[in-house]
Order: sequence, then C-alpha cells, then structure tokens
Amino acid sequence: MSHVAPHAEPLIRLSKRDAMPSWKGMLVRILGILLGVALSSLFIVLVTDLNPIEVFTSLFDGCFGTPRRIWNLFQNTAILLCISLAVTPAYKMKFWNIGAEGQVLMGAAATAACMIYFGNTINQWLLIPIMIVASLFAGMVWGMIPAFFKAYFNTNETLFTLMMNYVATQIVAFLITYWENPKGSNSVGVINAATKAGWFPYLFGKQYLVNIIVVVVLTAIMYIYLKYSKHGYEISVVGESENTARYIGINVKKVILRTMALSGALCGLAGLLLVAGSGHTVSTSTAGGRGFTAILVSWLAKFNPAVMTLTSFLIVFFERGAAQIATAFRMNESLADIITGIILFFIIGSEFFLNYKVNFRHKHKEVA
Amino acid sequence: METTVPAIELRGICKYFGKIVANKNVNLIVEKGEILSILGENGSGKTTLMNMIAGIYQPDDGMIYINGQEASIHSPKDAFSYKIGMIHQHFKLIDVFSAAENIVLGIKEKGKYDLKKEKESIRTICDKYGFIIDLDKKIYSMSVSEKQTVEIVKVLYRGADILILDEPTAVLTPQETVKLFDVMRAMKKDGKSIVIITHKLNEVMEISDRVAVLRKGESVGSVLTKDTNPEELTALMVGKKVELNIDRSEPKNCEDRLIIRDLNCRNREGAKIISNVTFTAKSGEIFGIAGIAGSGQRELLESIAGLQKLESGEILYNDPESGKQENLRNKTPMQIRHLGVRLSFVPEDRLGMGLVGNMDIIDNVMLRSYRKGHSAFLRRKEPKTLAEKIIRDLEVVTPDAKTPVRRLSGGNVQKVLVGREIASAPKVLMVAYPVRGLDINSSYTIYNLLNEQKNGGASIIFVGEDLDVLIALCDRIMVICGGQVTGIVDARTTTKEEIGLLMTKTGGEEQ
Repeated sequence: MSHVAPHAEPLIRLSKRDAMPSWKGMLVRILGILLGVALSSLFIVLVTDLNPIEVFTSLFDGCFGTPRRIWNLFQNTAILLCISLAVTPAYKMKFWNIGAEGQVLMGAAATAACMIYFGNTINQWLLIPIMIVASLFAGMVWGMIPAFFKAYFNTNETLFTLMMNYVATQIVAFLITYWENPKGSNSVGVINAATKAGWFPYLFGKQYLVNIIVVVVLTAIMYIYLKYSKHGYEISVVGESENTARYIGINVKKVILRTMALSGALCGLAGLLLVAGSGHTVSTSTAGGRGFTAILVSWLAKFNPAVMTLTSFLIVFFERGAAQIATAFRMNESLADIITGIILFFIIGSEFFLNYKVNFRHKHKEVA
Repeated sequence: METTVPAIELRGICKYFGKIVANKNVNLIVEKGEILSILGENGSGKTTLMNMIAGIYQPDDGMIYINGQEASIHSPKDAFSYKIGMIHQHFKLIDVFSAAENIVLGIKEKGKYDLKKEKESIRTICDKYGFIIDLDKKIYSMSVSEKQTVEIVKVLYRGADILILDEPTAVLTPQETVKLFDVMRAMKKDGKSIVIITHKLNEVMEISDRVAVLRKGESVGSVLTKDTNPEELTALMVGKKVELNIDRSEPKNCEDRLIIRDLNCRNREGAKIISNVTFTAKSGEIFGIAGIAGSGQRELLESIAGLQKLESGEILYNDPESGKQENLRNKTPMQIRHLGVRLSFVPEDRLGMGLVGNMDIIDNVMLRSYRKGHSAFLRRKEPKTLAEKIIRDLEVVTPDAKTPVRRLSGGNVQKVLVGREIASAPKVLMVAYPVRGLDINSSYTIYNLLNEQKNGGASIIFVGEDLDVLIALCDRIMVICGGQVTGIVDARTTTKEEIGLLMTKTGGEEQ
C-alpha cells in the first residue's frame, strides 16, 4: 500500500455555505439565467445557423407580441402558480406530494361532470358554486387518500401520490369515452358551447381575468396562511422535525391529513380554473405536466408564495417563448424543449452555488 | 504474550472537535493475540480514539504504529489494508441484502461475481470460530445479535487481524453475550487482537486480558485484568473528586410531586428498556439520575412527558394547586397539558426535539404557547417579548431574536431551550444532559437557573453524565443500569466510586 502524505485533499471539495446576502444571491441567479441564455444561443447558432438575437427577439414576441399572447402568458402563469401554491403546504411539511397532476385532473373531471349533468337544469349562479364545491372536494379526496395511509401506516407518499396520478388519468380517460361528444371523436369537445352554462363570466370582456384574480387572491391568502396562522406554524414544525412536533404536543397525523386536504383541494381548484375558466373541456392532458413543474416553482421560491409569482412567471415565459421560436423558425417542437431545458438547468444550477462553496486544493487551510 | 512488536501502538494521539478536546496525548498498546478492554465514562473519548484507528477520523496529532510500522489511516479502506476492522455500535448493513451479500459488499476482486463461491469461504470462517449464521437471510428480518454476527464475519472476511468492537454487548441479552464471548475467545486463540469498548465491569473482568482506562480524553493507564478488581477500575475511571463551586441550598417544603411506580417499557425492537423503575421526585429538590448512556434515561423522561408508550406502571402527579392526583400514564403531551400539569422538559436532543433549528428564536419560544387564544392566527408579540427577555437575562449571544437557532452555538441553543421551558413556571422540570457540550460559564448559568427553580419549589429531575456535577448539584441521585434502578443515594454523602459501581452493576446482582 502506498500512502501519500497526510492531509492529501481531493482536487475539488464542496462545503456548505452560510447564507449569503440576498443581493448577492439575486446576482448569482441573474448570472445563471444569462449564462443559460448564452449557452442556448450558442446551441442555436451551432445547430441551426440562425441569428440568436433574432431567435431571442421572437422569444419575447411569443410572450408579449400580441394582446392575446400576453393574456395567454398570464393565464398560464396563473394556473401554474395556483398549482404551485397548492403543493406548497405539503412540501413545507416535507410531504412529497408528486400527485398534483392527478389532483388537478380529478378537480377538472368533477367540474366537467357538473357542467355536463347540471348545465341545462340548474341556474348559472347556483351551478358555479356547485362546481366549486365539487372540484375542491374531488381534489381533496385525491390528496387525502395518500395522506391517510402516510399518517396511519407510514406508507411512502412519493410512490403513492405518483400512482394516484395514473388512476386519475384512467378515470378521466374513461369519462371521456363515456361523455364523448360528438360520437367517435374520442374527446369531450367544448362543454355547453351553446349555452355557456358553467363557464366563468368574461370580466370586462376578458376571458382569463377571473382566473387571474382568483389566483392573485389565493397567493395573498396562502402567504398569510403559511406565515401568520397557527396551521401554517404547525406545518413548518412538522416539516422541520416530527420529533419536535410530537414533543410539543402537535397531533402529527391530524396535521398531515389537514394539510393534504388543503393541498388537494387547491389542486382541485386549479382543475376548476382550467375547465370552467379557460378550456371548457377536459382531457387526460388537462393538467399537462404542470403538477410536476409546480414542484419546481415552489422549491425555487423556497415556498414563499410571493416569490412564486416570479418563478412561475419565469418558467411560463421561457416555455411559451421557446414554443414561439419553434413555430416562427419552423423548427421542431423539441428545439423549444431544449432551450427551456438549458435555461432551467442554469436556474437550478445557480441554487447549488448559493448553497455550496467549491474549494480547490491549493487553498490549503484546514478549518476546524 | 511474548511477541516483541505490538499489533497497534498509539503515541500522543490528540483529536479536537472545534474547542472540544476528544483525545489528548493518548498512548495505548494493543498486543498481538490479546483481548484489550477500553474502559471509560461517557464522553471519555473511547469511540473517537477507536474511530481514528479504523480510519473514520484522522488524529490531529500523534502517531499510529501498526506492527511496528508507522501508519497513516485515512479511510476504513486504509484500515482494512492494515488488517484492522471495526464493528460499530450502529451497524452499517444494507437491510434488503442478505447476510452473504452484505459480507462481500465492496470487495474488489478480479473475475466474475460468484456469490456461491464466496459463500463457501464465508462458511469456512464461520465454522472456524463458531459463528451460527444463515447466509441467505435478509438483514431486515434479523435480530440485533444476528446483525452483529454479520458485522463481525464481514470484518473477518476482509482478513482483519485486529478487531475493534464498540460496546458490542450493549444490545445483547446475557445469553447472546456469552455466545459472543465464546467467539471472541476463539478468535483470540487464532492469534487475532481484539479491542472491546465497554462500560460493564463484570464483562471487563470476564473477557479481557488487559484493561486500558480513559478519562476525559486522556489515557490514565492500563492494568492486567488478573491483577485488578472492579473497585480499582472504578477509581481509575472516575478519577479524584473535583470540587465544583455550585451553590446547593437545603431542600425546602418537600412534597411528593411526581410518583413513579413500577414503570416498564420496551423500545421499538421489543427489547426491555426500562424495568420496574420506582421513585418519587419531590418539590424543592433536584433529583439526579446517573447511569451509563443508553441505560433507559431518555425513555424514562419521555415516558413522563407522554412521548413513550408504557407496558405497565403508574406516573402520578400531585397537583399543588388543586391538591388532586393525576395519572399521566399513556397520555399524550397535549392531554397532560390539558390536565393542568405544569411539566417542562429539556430533552437531550436539543435541535432534533426541543427546538426547530431553522426557525428563529421567537418562533422557537412560541412552540409552547402558540396555541393560546381562539384566533386562527399567531400572536408573535408576547413570544417576542419573552425571546428578548431570555436573550437579555441568560445572555444569549445572537445578532437578534430573528436568527435561526441552528446558527447559534451549542450553549446559546441550550439557553434558549431552558429559558423557554422555565418561562412557564413549571412544577416539574426535567432536564437531560443540560450542560453537554457547554463551556464552563454557560454550564454555571444553567446550574444557577436550575437552583432558582428548585428554590422556587419546582421538582427538578436532572439526568447527567458528569458525576462531579451530579454530586455537587443534586440532593438525591438515582442510579440506573440497564433500565433498572440500582440505588438511590444521598448526594451529600455519596462518593463517585459508590455511584460508579452502581452504574456498572448489571441486573440480577445483589446490592
């Protein structure tokens, strides 16, 4: 055995960093995004011969080019934000709810069911409250099932919520064939296209304004709930240390159930907004992967609802912009995905440098 | 043994963790083919020292010689290349693998992975030393003693000639201990050197050839087992009495506050952790509990706090205000509070149980009181005042009350925790190792706080490890060993030797 001199250090060593001042943190993040943009430009030039400046102009164009696009941008941000707000209490409790997708779908299905079955019989002003209750309830049930098993049998919530997604997708797939309209289309089509029963009203003639307002209000409520309510406090304690929670007399089972009920119900609300407030139809792709993106939004914002407005906007901005690039330059859809991917990689990567210091070997100083 | 070169020789080993000295100038010799016991109180640096031989830590100063050659051991892998293997107190096995898979795990050999062939060579080892083991059994379905066997075989399979066992008998039943000792003797016969860390004097006397004693991180000498006796070893272990200037007032207005009767409980693995514990804690006194770590102190306090399920027994609380007697047995912390029982608890695991590391001081202070009132919202005003009061009165060093407690030093963390727990004017205050890791000044702050509470009529239960402190601070001391009470002594008249002997007295012996 050859033993080199003592204290032979590896070339690169990572160590945890103390919190850095917030301005410095912001700078690192902005730098990360810029680097991401630069790398994707390089990628565009190398692969497509296009002028990256033109490409990025069309990115902005895709988001802000027309009033319609702006509304779309905000609508999509609102929906993503809504789901992010929904998963936040669960994550703050360290309950790995990756079942938002299914919870949203169940809320959407419940909304569609109300619109289809009661659309022609019940007055609009009664129908909408019924839809609200139904969608919240459906999402809540879908969230509470894994919570129940977690609380009483300590099952793994990650697997459980993931599998609940597939069940939800199958239920919706079944409902679509059941509700099929017109026959043979294998889709539900626009529900109540003629009567607009159960559709959210167009405020000031704007289709998505209701959704946006609902989510803005929800953001404020969630911020207050997490920071100033006793429930929010209990969620934090359970999430940080279940032992402390028990020591202090918090009923951990109850908190898990209650929080997942809330989380699921708010996912159900997102389903409602998706069906009654924008799409007016339901399909297996109604949630469209937002249930997963929302997790990213929530973690990037460190569970702060106010910051989530920014992170959700940023992600939707790049997604929609990249999609526009793909159409404008008649590129494959995948180009958009690659660009979004590169930029997301850098956004998340900068979080790593916020938390860790990279030490190289030559700085040879032992710190006790 | 007549061999000239020792298997291991340590010269002047020092190890520091920050300001804390774990080992200082330790010299130790392990001869070839002997069983050496390392004896010492909690925190005397036994495990740290052994971890340096096993490559978990590196010494800050000093030399390690293996078979007379200077060695630098940077990892457990290095240790194996010197034929040293350590069996840790907490087993390092993969639950879903079988015994055989765990044993061969991590060995790089040329050629194909052939478990069948490996199993045969494992079986040879087992037969040689008399291990009984089912190689195909998965770890998760094994008992603690079986897991330990796997760990030992794993080390032998890697060709270790020097085995270090860290408190191997702590988790075993007496019968299993006998079996382990037989195996150890077989290994010794084969020329292996064995180092065993233990607290139990009767085992030291039974198994070892030689005993090395550590005290407060330093080696205080080694003796041949046949030339010594438990009394001498205890004296070596605890050292001379150190005079501490802790004020101790006479207990006043003593009433029976907390009556514990025939308490029994088991841990999750089903092992008996507390058996037939009976005592009475009185108001206006500090009731000390001494014992080797893991003798059931934690479970005892947690039972009283409503965090541990009991098999049998009573926990009776005499309410001084209403004069009523309440039984706290199997009640949740919430139910205990609703009964109006004023019980405070400073647990051993400060940041894992008593406090939330990522929350600031205000939010941590609020843990006990946040439920007050019917509002759905928190009131941070009173907690803020209280947090500031604690910071001022106990001289907590912190930038402000909004600093997360994990950023504070150990002593300041403890001040926040103790400050919160005494803020509710408890009638019973339980503290577990309240000065562990604290510097002298912080320690005295805590002692003074406890004395204040005592003089105010609270009943204090103090679980400690430093016998000098226990003797200087407490009024009565209960000693437990292996979950059983081995004696309750008057702290004013007892000696460290008396307590030390009680601490290492295993159950079943006559008092």
